[in-house]
Amino acid sequence: MIVVVFGVFLLTMLVVTAVAVVRTENLFVAVMLMSIFSLLMAANFFILDAADVALTEAAIGAGITTVIFLGALALTAQSEQAAVSPKGRFAALAVVTVLAMVMIWATFDKPRLGDPDAPVHQHVAPWYLEQTPELIGIPNVVTAVLGTFRGYDTLGEVFVVFAACIGVLFVLSAGGIRDRSKEADAESIGLKHHLIPKVVGRLLVPFIVLFGLYVQFHGEYGPGGGFQAGAIIATGVILYALLEGETNALRALPRRVLLGMVVGGALLYTLVGVAGILLGGNFLDYSVLASNPVVGQQIGIILIEAGVGITVCGSLLSIFHAFAAREAS
Amino acid sequence: METALDILSWILMTSGGLFVLIGGIGALRLPNIYTRMHAASLTDTMASILVLSGIMLQAGLSLATIKLLAILVFLLLTGPTASYAIANAALLSGMRPDAKEAKADNTKTESQA
Repeated sequence: MIVVVFGVFLLTMLVVTAVAVVRTENLFVAVMLMSIFSLLMAANFFILDAADVALTEAAIGAGITTVIFLGALALTAQSEQAAVSPKGRFAALAVVTVLAMVMIWATFDKPRLGDPDAPVHQHVAPWYLEQTPELIGIPNVVTAVLGTFRGYDTLGEVFVVFAACIGVLFVLSAGGIRDRSKEADAESIGLKHHLIPKVVGRLLVPFIVLFGLYVQFHGEYGPGGGFQAGAIIATGVILYALLEGETNALRALPRRVLLGMVVGGALLYTLVGVAGILLGGNFLDYSVLASNPVVGQQIGIILIEAGVGITVCGSLLSIFHAFAAREAS
Repeated sequence: METALDILSWILMTSGGLFVLIGGIGALRLPNIYTRMHAASLTDTMASILVLSGIMLQAGLSLATIKLLAILVFLLLTGPTASYAIANAALLSGMRPDAKEAKADNTKTESQA
């Protein structure tokens, strides 16, 4: 009962936040509201027992995208352009109304929330739940599904992240990158003159990275895995960049290394798949990686999760640095 | 013993909630950004101490208590730092920490709006 009340409260807050995002004309406010939206969404996922998704939403939605949006705002304008003509507004209203009606109509066929007889819970999910302890031998079924049963999907996701990163880097480097080494301007020294954030930040960075590694390597036992860990470690490095200046962060992790991470992680994932073929199995079949198939599956999951984490971390940091290096027009 | 712990933890959690409520009212009602922040940040720190120690009493001596302690340390470090950052950003963007002037500014913007 209390969970239902809390869930309804969170969903109401979500709607209120979404309306506020649409209504506000100040883009900075909109970014902050989007961050709150993601945090509410993460809480919502958590009370629906989807801890893995909640962790991803909190780390990427509320954390990293806010920083990237702010980086984009620094390059563009603070407030929205003037609204379109009234005619366009009515057309938009009509489209939205029709779409909303269709969606509401579609929900009438939807099974009740958490209904065990819903088609989605009767398809392959029972088999995954039944076979995971036997075939994979790890407690977190989500990681088992993500890593081995649906390994192709995850490989696809990693390549989407890879392609998105390359695309953003292409678009952002079109206007030429500002040479930071020549100008020792006030921006690049970060928050050096602010003692309190600096001391607290320095204290927190190692713990953030450590927590990221915990999420990475504990993904088989609890909520977590490569996507979340990559985002959390990237957050730690971005905090370092904000505190000590971008130049120092690039000195610790140069662009070349970041690009190497983006490519290397995707490559590691693919190579694990190819190793499966070479050892006499199928592509992305980890059972042949060790003499015991269950141990082989576990080795495979650890390796591909590492690949996912490396790619996500490298992509997010590359995109962050690409935004930070652009000159405001 | 059990009942005493329960009562104590409920007292802690309720007073923590009260602090959040007071902070919220303060953030809505006070005249300018510095006073609003003052209301929100101080009560927030106090409330996190009270609520988390209330939950710790409920959890007893277990791994959960250690996790809650870690969360409490994290909140005690980051909360005040965030308040400092907000106040500093407000100062940099040209808001004077002067109650009289702020009031005049407020009424001016209100009459404009």
